[in-house]
Amino acid sequence: MRATRLLLTVCLGVWACAAHASPGIERWTTTNGAAVYFVAAPEIPMLDLRLVFAAGSARDGARAGVAALTNDLLDEGTATLTADEFHARLEATGAILGSGSLREMAWVSLRTLTAEPQRSTATRLLGELLQAPRFDDAAVTRQRDQALAGLKRALESPGTLGQRAFFRALYGDHPYGRPPEGTVESLGALTPADVDAFYRQHYVARNLTVAIVGALSREEAAALAEQLSANLAAGEAAPALPPLPDYAPVTEHIEFASSQSHVFVGQRGLTREDPDYFPLVVANHVLGGNGVVSKLFAEIREKRGLSYSVESHFEPMGLPGPYVATLQTSGEQLEAAVALLREQIAGFVAQGPGASEFEAAKRNLVGGFPLRIDNNSKIVENLAVIGFYRLPLDYLDAYTRKVEAVTREQAADAVRRRIDPSRLVQITVGRRTAATAAQ
Amino acid sequence: MRQTSLLLAAVLALLTAGITRADARTHEFMLDNGLKLVVQEDHRAPVAVVQIWYKVGAGYEQDGATGVSHALEHMMFKRTKNLATGEFSRIIADRGGRENAFTSLDYTAYFQQWSKDDVELSFKLEAERMQHLLLDETEFTTEMKVIAEERRLRTDDDPQALAVEVAQTVAWQTSPYRQPVIGWAADIASMRLSDLRAWYERWYTPSNATVVVVGDVEPAAVKALADRHFGSIARRDIEPPRARPEVQQHGEKRLIVRNEKVQLPNLMMAFKTPTMTQVGKPGPDGKPVEAWEIYALDVLAAVLDGGSSARFTRELVRGQELASQIGTYFQSMSRLPDMFSIDATPREGHTLEALEAAINRQLDAIKATPPDDAELARVKTQVVADTVYQQDSMFYQAMVIGTLESVGLSWRLRDEYDAGIRQVTPAQVQAVARRYLHEDRSTVAWLLPAEDR
Repeated sequence: MRATRLLLTVCLGVWACAAHASPGIERWTTTNGAAVYFVAAPEIPMLDLRLVFAAGSARDGARAGVAALTNDLLDEGTATLTADEFHARLEATGAILGSGSLREMAWVSLRTLTAEPQRSTATRLLGELLQAPRFDDAAVTRQRDQALAGLKRALESPGTLGQRAFFRALYGDHPYGRPPEGTVESLGALTPADVDAFYRQHYVARNLTVAIVGALSREEAAALAEQLSANLAAGEAAPALPPLPDYAPVTEHIEFASSQSHVFVGQRGLTREDPDYFPLVVANHVLGGNGVVSKLFAEIREKRGLSYSVESHFEPMGLPGPYVATLQTSGEQLEAAVALLREQIAGFVAQGPGASEFEAAKRNLVGGFPLRIDNNSKIVENLAVIGFYRLPLDYLDAYTRKVEAVTREQAADAVRRRIDPSRLVQITVGRRTAATAAQ
Repeated sequence: MRQTSLLLAAVLALLTAGITRADARTHEFMLDNGLKLVVQEDHRAPVAVVQIWYKVGAGYEQDGATGVSHALEHMMFKRTKNLATGEFSRIIADRGGRENAFTSLDYTAYFQQWSKDDVELSFKLEAERMQHLLLDETEFTTEMKVIAEERRLRTDDDPQALAVEVAQTVAWQTSPYRQPVIGWAADIASMRLSDLRAWYERWYTPSNATVVVVGDVEPAAVKALADRHFGSIARRDIEPPRARPEVQQHGEKRLIVRNEKVQLPNLMMAFKTPTMTQVGKPGPDGKPVEAWEIYALDVLAAVLDGGSSARFTRELVRGQELASQIGTYFQSMSRLPDMFSIDATPREGHTLEALEAAINRQLDAIKATPPDDAELARVKTQVVADTVYQQDSMFYQAMVIGTLESVGLSWRLRDEYDAGIRQVTPAQVQAVARRYLHEDRSTVAWLLPAEDR
């Protein structure tokens, strides 16, 4: 691997004794306050950049959808270049531009060759996009219509409807509770001034994490980070989000014309800094996180054929993100499948993981760790998460050690304390059945 | 076959083809029983991906028994002679491996990603299930329920996927590409275990398989492991699938799909096109298909839709603001003739008719006037850059090798690809647009809401 100085050796019995080297991460801050995370990857003459702002929908305020719309509009031209000119110049270098936003993060990514003049041209254009986007009225209107179209397309999907309802049930009026893509009404009301104001407040250096992976020296990376952030206002890091309000363990059915019902059962989960993070991740790996060998998969798919996909996971966020178990099953089986899912969760909370399945889950997490950092794409995404959540630089190195250190008693105890089977939110989306009609 | 003679042959082939970008990291071996092994070194991380590709998929199936390749893929994770149900996956999970499988029209492939030290275990496991699958009736019954749910999830409840499925049956009259990979619901319901057994016995044999390994490995050592674990499997010859070529189309085909879940109308246009496997075979007018035509079709797709500066986004999304999204896909590496297709959603307030007419004007423009040099330069730069970017993903590199081999081409085409693209001229792009984006090859599908009558 690329940085042997951070070599970490993990031995799990004879078969998994291997040297796992995590990438050597360098961190610094640009002159105007952007945090930079860099891993040198000299093997391929290419560069991956991921610029992450705390500018996701949790920052929408009263204007639901403005964060996503602002992100969509970044590549609609700059102060000096129309969108046509901008994309023609960028694509003539072979570079690939990407962008996106979720509840917390909004990002812009660039993949370019390191050969010149491609690299300089592509990164100069990226800098211009970040520092001087033009939010023309026509582009705002058009992107708003596209966002509306995207929203309608999403509403064709029972899975998307269920996910939205699940977040709403867990987080209510908190910024996490609102759908990142906004609503038909809220999108319709957004103006160019809203977008411009959102950009000016959130796309600022102190609210920016720059992740860089590629065939660059540290000096080149430093110069690049300076150039990308140079003309951004220093601004302020986004403030902490309001604390989460209480929530009720609601059960909600959404009537929808699909042949399957989509099921979401869960509760609030955790942050990455949570002291129970590793015990809970290992425990959930036994229940529903370890793919085809997890308990939920065995009981619901392998034994009974009720669902093609069934799993459970923690989604760590800045404030406790959701813990959710999902499955999809055709209408008449819904009642049995939901009951079984809840029974599995309750049984697991009561009994905790068994000895052999617990050790197997740890072996999978530890043994599979190298696959999470085996290419530049994955490393730059990891860097962005480490930077965005200000995780320690040894987060990747420490990961397997921390998984290893979890005992079965700790996992069982954490599950008992943190998962309450009597207070689970339950969302179903599909055709009404006897079970859902009763509610 | 021996390594040295193969390498020599490869070097000679590359020299005679005048290729300068020969990839010395890729090595091909042929076992005596006909199993092909392709190994590519990538020493950036101490991991490897192992894929085994069988030349069988939905495009090999017969009407009434569609979905059998995919169903067999599911059952390949069950019991074998020496492994109890679930043991296969437990062994992999226990060592941190990732595994899965995928079925297409042209192939069925299985993979593991894990430590480079576990390549041998991959071979052991794959050799076991290539020879010793025990198909159990009870497990089969349960698994077919899972597949029925998978079909509902992927197709029945997704209006766009459903429309694609219907459009394929209209576009293709006799080609097996009209069949959905997952199979028709009735075929899934009526499938028997004996269908799977016959399918397994017919296709799962070394001479119909390609093993691809990409990772932190030594090719000679991998070859030795392959000999040890696959070498003793007896050679069995494959009876090729019966050819059932597409019949001549007479005039444009049009269809409407309505679905109550649809919130946004959508438009698909597809044109039947040859693929790289058809080179040298007779084309639409009896004249043989030439390789440059396939490269020119790839360039055509990129001129229209290879990024935000390409014509469709520039002219239809931004310029005329008629489309909220538009995508173009050309399947150049398929076993049989395939499609050049366009998928578009009109912007709110605009009709499918207006968008379709605007797309046709774009296609007419390129038939009338060749693309300009700057457009081609952009496309060629993007292709060259992609060959660099692809090196970042071991899995993708293995996919390229496995796909090319499984559709009946050679992985070596990968190394010729950007040279082929670089030689395409503007006039050639115009020529393939004229020859193939033709009414007698086209199918147009509209997806509409149920109530919009």
